[in-house]
Amino acid sequence: MMASSYNAKDEDGHLPGSVGSGGPGAVKSKKPDNTAFKQQRLPAWQPILTAGTVLPAFFMIGLIFIPIGIGLLVTSNNIKEFEIDYTGVDMSSPCFSCSQNYSWNSTSACTCSVPFTLDQPFESNVFMYYGLSNFYQNHRRYVKSRDDSQLNGDKSSLLNPSKECEPYRTSDKKSIAPCGAIANSLFNDTLELFYNHPNGSKITIHLEKTGIAWWTDKHVKFRNPGGNNNNLSSVFRDTSKPVNWHKPVYELDPSDPDNNGFVNEDFIVWMRTAALPTFRKLYRIIQKKKDNMTPTLPPGNYSLEVTYNYPVRSFDGRKRMILSTISWMGGKNPFLGIAYITVGSVCFFLGVVLLIIHHKYGNRNNSADIPN
Amino acid sequence: MLRRRLNRLCGGDEERVDSRTIYVGHRPCPDTEAFIPSKFCDNRIVSSKYTVWNFLPKNLFEQFRRIANFYFLIIFLVQVIVDTPTSPVTSGLPLFFVITVTAIKQGYEDWLRHKADKEVNKYPVTVLEDGRSVKKESEKIKVGDVVEVVEDETFPCDLILLQSSREDGTCFVTTASLDGESNHKTHYTVPDIEKDLQTLTSAIECEQPQPDLYKFVGRMHIYKLEQEPVVRSLGPENLLLKGATLKNTKKIYGVSVYTGMETKMALNYQGKSQKRSAVEKSINAFLLVYLSILISKAVVCTTLKYVWQSKEGQDEPWYNQKTQKEKDTNMYLKMFTDFLSFMVLFNFIIPVSMYVTVEMQKFLGSFFITWDKDFFDPEIQEGALVNTSDLNEELGQVEYVFTDKTGTLTQNNMEFIECCIDGFQYRYRDTQSEVDGFTVTDGPVNKLQQKAGWEKEELFLRALCLCHTVQVKEAGSEVLVDQVDGIDGLLGFIASSPDEIALVKGAMKYGFTFLGLESKSMKIKNRQNDIEEYKLLHVLNFDPVRRRMSVIVQTKSGETLLFCKGADSSIFPRVRPEEVDRIRMHVERNATEGYRTLCVAYKQLSAEEYAMADTGLREARLALQDREEKLMAMYNQVEMGMSLIGATAVEDRLQEEAAETMEALQGAGMKVWVLTGDKMETAKSTCYACRLFQRGTELLELTVRTLEDEKLNRDQKLHELLQEYHNKAVKDAPPVKAGVTRSWSTANQDYGFIIDGATLSLLMNPPHDADASQYKSLFLQICQNCTAVLCCRMAPLQKAQIVKMVKNSQGSPITLSIGDGANDVSMILEAHVGIGIKGKEGRQAVRNSDYAIPKLKHLKKLLLAHGHLYYVRIAHLVQYFFYKNLCFILPQFLYQFFCGYSQQPLYDAAYLTMYNICFTSMPILAYSLLEQHISIEILLHNAALYREIANNAMLRWRPFLYWTVLGIFQGLMFFFGVRFLFSNPALQDNGQVFGNWSYGTIVFTVLVFTVTLKLALDTRHWTWINHFVIWGSLAFYVFFSFFWGGIIWPFLKQQRLYFVFANVLSSVSAWLVIIILILLSLLPEILLVVLRKPRGHHSQQLSEDSSTDTNRWLRSLLSPTRI
Repeated sequence: MMASSYNAKDEDGHLPGSVGSGGPGAVKSKKPDNTAFKQQRLPAWQPILTAGTVLPAFFMIGLIFIPIGIGLLVTSNNIKEFEIDYTGVDMSSPCFSCSQNYSWNSTSACTCSVPFTLDQPFESNVFMYYGLSNFYQNHRRYVKSRDDSQLNGDKSSLLNPSKECEPYRTSDKKSIAPCGAIANSLFNDTLELFYNHPNGSKITIHLEKTGIAWWTDKHVKFRNPGGNNNNLSSVFRDTSKPVNWHKPVYELDPSDPDNNGFVNEDFIVWMRTAALPTFRKLYRIIQKKKDNMTPTLPPGNYSLEVTYNYPVRSFDGRKRMILSTISWMGGKNPFLGIAYITVGSVCFFLGVVLLIIHHKYGNRNNSADIPN
Repeated sequence: MLRRRLNRLCGGDEERVDSRTIYVGHRPCPDTEAFIPSKFCDNRIVSSKYTVWNFLPKNLFEQFRRIANFYFLIIFLVQVIVDTPTSPVTSGLPLFFVITVTAIKQGYEDWLRHKADKEVNKYPVTVLEDGRSVKKESEKIKVGDVVEVVEDETFPCDLILLQSSREDGTCFVTTASLDGESNHKTHYTVPDIEKDLQTLTSAIECEQPQPDLYKFVGRMHIYKLEQEPVVRSLGPENLLLKGATLKNTKKIYGVSVYTGMETKMALNYQGKSQKRSAVEKSINAFLLVYLSILISKAVVCTTLKYVWQSKEGQDEPWYNQKTQKEKDTNMYLKMFTDFLSFMVLFNFIIPVSMYVTVEMQKFLGSFFITWDKDFFDPEIQEGALVNTSDLNEELGQVEYVFTDKTGTLTQNNMEFIECCIDGFQYRYRDTQSEVDGFTVTDGPVNKLQQKAGWEKEELFLRALCLCHTVQVKEAGSEVLVDQVDGIDGLLGFIASSPDEIALVKGAMKYGFTFLGLESKSMKIKNRQNDIEEYKLLHVLNFDPVRRRMSVIVQTKSGETLLFCKGADSSIFPRVRPEEVDRIRMHVERNATEGYRTLCVAYKQLSAEEYAMADTGLREARLALQDREEKLMAMYNQVEMGMSLIGATAVEDRLQEEAAETMEALQGAGMKVWVLTGDKMETAKSTCYACRLFQRGTELLELTVRTLEDEKLNRDQKLHELLQEYHNKAVKDAPPVKAGVTRSWSTANQDYGFIIDGATLSLLMNPPHDADASQYKSLFLQICQNCTAVLCCRMAPLQKAQIVKMVKNSQGSPITLSIGDGANDVSMILEAHVGIGIKGKEGRQAVRNSDYAIPKLKHLKKLLLAHGHLYYVRIAHLVQYFFYKNLCFILPQFLYQFFCGYSQQPLYDAAYLTMYNICFTSMPILAYSLLEQHISIEILLHNAALYREIANNAMLRWRPFLYWTVLGIFQGLMFFFGVRFLFSNPALQDNGQVFGNWSYGTIVFTVLVFTVTLKLALDTRHWTWINHFVIWGSLAFYVFFSFFWGGIIWPFLKQQRLYFVFANVLSSVSAWLVIIILILLSLLPEILLVVLRKPRGHHSQQLSEDSSTDTNRWLRSLLSPTRI
């Protein structure tokens, strides 16, 4: 129970004293108005937080948070996650040679295949992420190096991008589309997944490349210039591709016009800059099987085929591929569960301690004070 | 100053340096070699600070001297010059707003001063020029002009009285607006002045202007045709001061000697300097702490940035190249601009908006004082007035109260209360039960008779009627007589002291009426309505050392009688001891009741005795050397062997509830000092009446009288007494516990200290300079151990000196001065808080005060309720502002460790700007206007509560540390809570990931909610406004975030927040983390609320916080959190 008192103080609006000065206008104006507000007598609720009111709250918090925490922890533990680093730092790793022989200008793609084993089946939809480490997508110079109005399909910005894009604003006297450091450093490794069936056959796992970006980004924030003009190459005619790109923006996904140009989802995902230097971004989605009987990814041997284009060794970075199932709370993260259990227990414990203190000293205190 | 120096240069001879020569009417004098029209300043009074031309630069300069304004200016300039993460508008706009508002306010105030000056300076006066009277503006009066002043006008400058319309060459003056004494003072013309002022040729030599009102030395050379020049000495009795008013005299002529800013009034007036409250000083101290936090943060970040960058590939990885310009920049310059950028990024830690909010709080909050109907006085139809709102909270911090006596503590309305004749007490009653309403109320029990003998009664009343210097006002000279003069029937009395009038009027009530003095004979109408006539032979004047006065009269029958009245201490030794005991009891009881008592004695002089006295007195009067001493000796000789008739008790009527107010102030831990220009006896009795001095109070006197008594040198005596009192009051007293809990226990001996103006000036400027500081510290120490201090016979500037001395003493206590007259202006200006009483003595005090109230009794509510609440409110406001900005900026600082020290803001620019302006400003403003952590009734009822906030308790370092730690804790919580959540940024149930803006938005959401709910926890007084504002601003935040992220804003370069908030809220994890972080951040706060003693305690019982065994340890541990 909340110990509180409601003190609506007497609203003596019509004092006998004020009658005398109730004469026409002139006198009355000087006398302060006798309103509750002006006399600081507004009715007020005066809550008093006492042990009696707070203790039950502590117990309540404990009782609610601990189950939530357990639920969260269980959910998080049930999420299957598999992570593999394919940077190729070690001599033994399959991508070592690719990572060594890196050159932006090489025309021939370097590919490597990373084998791995899943011990447990991955049910339901499986989400495939790529992860980068020590990559400062949140560096100020980097974060601001973009032109959102260009990405929103603005014609003038397309040809005259914002100053913020420097030094990735123009190349060969033509404006770059999309301009800026973020776009320029688009992650361009191609990851493919194969299931090595125990019978020796190598089955390609279908990777869905749409549905990985925010809906609002894909449909509102990012738009190709020229409206519904399907001929993107003509729209981007007077622009130049970002210097580190192998192909221009209108060839990002030639197969699907809705996923090409600025609205390419890989591009959109990349453009949402990560909060921390170690991050993951959604790459592909592996839809669950129609029949629901077999797991999406059964346990067994797999191989990850990497077209190794993206250099990270120069800044001591790492590249990972992550497979994860998803629950209602997102990806695997035990933090929330642990936090809830901890806070719940602490509250409960404090409740007990306070109860003891309150009982031992509180009563004596009250009885001692009352005679005063 | 310049003029004076010029004067000296021109003057040449030595004498000019410390005296000035004035030629009356600018007529050169015969024997001066050449007429040099010396330059004196004109009669213009300037109290304004600015002119139209220097307003802008001067005002801006003064404003930017404020540390905060200067800081924001710097930040703004940095933002303009350097490429910074935030736009200059974010700090420029609020700064511009603050500066403009302040400038307008100060400009307006100065305009008012200009207007007031103009009124005084353009006042028309009449000047005699070449035989004609010319109307002039007051400011055009020059030194040497002969000025005409008519009755009830104030003197436009300091004048030497040349001619009066009264026959005896006197004029009456009230100096109420100068020193608060509202009685009439008599001033004299210079003798030997011709009737025709036109032909008067004379030169006046007088000292250079000095502020002491009671000192003036000069001489006048009067040149007459074919005669030797006459030299007359001039004293203060010839000088009419600017500001005083001519009374009861039709017209006078005077020559101006000091004009304009050199008049004694102007010299006593101190410029109104801007007062700063202690809270502002605390703010500045905190500001410096935060500034150093800010700088160290920026330094840490800059250093780490370069350490981090020195690693290969970090500074400029292939994906994040620098522009050519950046590459070209000098490394050290780059470091410096990086440092500045960090400063700008973190500058929100020092909140611009706090200054705006504080100003607004003070401005709006002060309305509650003007609105308070308790301050409304039906008599004058006015309420309280707030002249400056800067000091609201200072009202809650007062440690010393300096109060004026006349008009402030008392109504300056003397009334005859009772008398005691031959040991029987008579008290006047309206009921006509006894003879002439003269009633005996008590008397010595052992006596059978009920009344003193008829003869004794008559003798006593005759004594009252004869022994005075009262004059009867000429009938018809004035229709309206002000209260001080008093009027009964057709008779108005004028006297140099209002209690003489009271006595004469008292005698009148009992049937003896004083009809007046005509050519040395006094007429009295006795009970039988017969007229008695007495020949006045001698008046032995009153003086403060003798403390008595006498008259020698001759009755018709030829008897020569001496009547003497005076203070008990000066009468008792001169009468027969057996008479004393009967009366002493009454006198002492009356004195402790606060009445002014006088004893009346008489003596019959034989012809020989009289002849001896007569010749002795005449000789002494004519003596050229040591006249004073000789007179004194003669007086003493005459006033011997008298017989005591009785005693009188006169009440100086106190203001309503004066005693209760003083008691409340003392209960609240304030020390009350009475500073008055009045006589010691009067002041002392007032102190008794207001219960400042009580029966048991031991009085330590340090006055001219105590210094004179001994044969020692005054200076030595002073030293001796100081030492003695110091031993008594300081050394022997049990050590007073330092800090908040000062004990005023009754077990200790109470001391009261009395000092007068002359002694004070001796104390302040002793002959040996070395003693000055020692005396001062002794004096202060004694005073600090006294419950009440009385300073009498103070010049206005001395009052200010006292205030200043206390103000600058150790611990720099907060002082408050309260007064009603112009003589209080300097102390009102000097004290931290100056309060004017809208009394009868003009409006000067009110104009110069910070707050004006109609009555003294209003001081109690002003301090105990308003002051207390304002202090608590603003202290909380300040602490809360620093706290909320600390936990706002700390995550941003921590984020630098994760973004390569690149000054990347964590929050969007809109959030950065709006945080202090919209999201979190209104709740704290509402809190700081409406909070009543203890209700007003309880505050008024329980004065001791005031001590809880004494010594700036809520803005000391401990509570500040508590708030800072809280801010840091919460900031860490916000940042790292979300950091751990983002170890896997896939937070949505469709597997999509969050970016850096989502990160910032989650942190910001937690921040806004926590900070607002923290305030909600602190709020003890929830009115609908609080509810509306707290829940409203949270709702507004949510609404704004949706709105801001819901539209592609065409004017923005980057659509950073597009649908970020909506996406965050679509994630269950985000919800969960927001909830738990808010709870976790508030948990310590809630815990402390439980552990400390509930506030509601006060509302249930009005007793003091009695610390019982319970959780004393807990509370001592948590005491800063009471705040």
